[in-house]
Amino acid sequence: MRIKVLFFAKLREVFGVGSEDLDISTDECRVSSVLTQLRDRGDVWADELGDDKSYRVAINQEMTSEDLLLKEGDEVALFPPVTGG
Amino acid sequence: MMSSVRVQTEDFDVSAEMLTLRKRNPKIGAVASFVGVVRDLNDGDSVSTLTLEHYPGMTEKSLEAIVQQAKERWDIYDALIVHRVGTMRPLDQIVLVIVTSAHRGESFQACEFLMDYLKTRAPFWKKEVTQEGERWVDARSSDDVAAKRWEQAK
Repeated sequence: MRIKVLFFAKLREVFGVGSEDLDISTDECRVSSVLTQLRDRGDVWADELGDDKSYRVAINQEMTSEDLLLKEGDEVALFPPVTGG
Repeated sequence: MMSSVRVQTEDFDVSAEMLTLRKRNPKIGAVASFVGVVRDLNDGDSVSTLTLEHYPGMTEKSLEAIVQQAKERWDIYDALIVHRVGTMRPLDQIVLVIVTSAHRGESFQACEFLMDYLKTRAPFWKKEVTQEGERWVDARSSDDVAAKRWEQAK
C-alpha cells in the first residue's frame, strides 16, 4: 500500500525532503506503522521522531492524536507544534 | 452570513477589510479586530526577519473550521481571517482577525477565540533570523493554556 508523507518546518529541513511516497508492507497500516518505518531509517529520522520529541500528525489535512488506520493514497503530514498568529 | 479566510504574502489594509466586511449588513452594531505584528525582540534576541511557512490546503481548511466553531458558539454575523506567509520584518503585520455582530460582547469574545484557536490549530510555523543565526520558533505552552480556556468556558 502506498501513502503520501509530507514534512513541514524543522522536520522538512532536518530530513531534507518535503514529501515522499511511502510503500508500507504491513497488512494493516496505521499512523504508528508509518512512524516505525521512518524511524527504522535511523539517524535524524529516529532522532526527530523519537518518543521524547514533540511533533504533530495530520491525516488528509486534519490533525489527529489517534493511531488511525490508513488507506491507499492517504496523505500523512508530520510537523512540529504550530507557531502561527 | 458569510465568512472568509485568506492566506497571502501581501500586506493587508485593516480599514479596507473592515469596511468590506461591515458594509454588507446594516444590522451590525459591533466590529472587533485583532492585528498581530512582528516584534523586533524574541527570547532576548533581536529579530531581523521572520519567515512563515504553512501547509497549503490544510491551512485554509483549519481556518474555516475555526471560524465555523466561532459561529456555532456566538451570535456573530461575519468573521474574516487574513494570515500572511513568507518573509516579514519587525513592524510588519502578520495576521488579521475581524468579527462583526449586533453587540460588542460576541465580537470581542469570538475575536479572541479565533486567535487562540488559530495559534494552536492552524498549520503555520515561524522561523526567525537573529544575531545568533536562524532558528525555528518554539510553540509556547501559554498558547495551549489560552486555547484550553475556551473548552471550559460557556
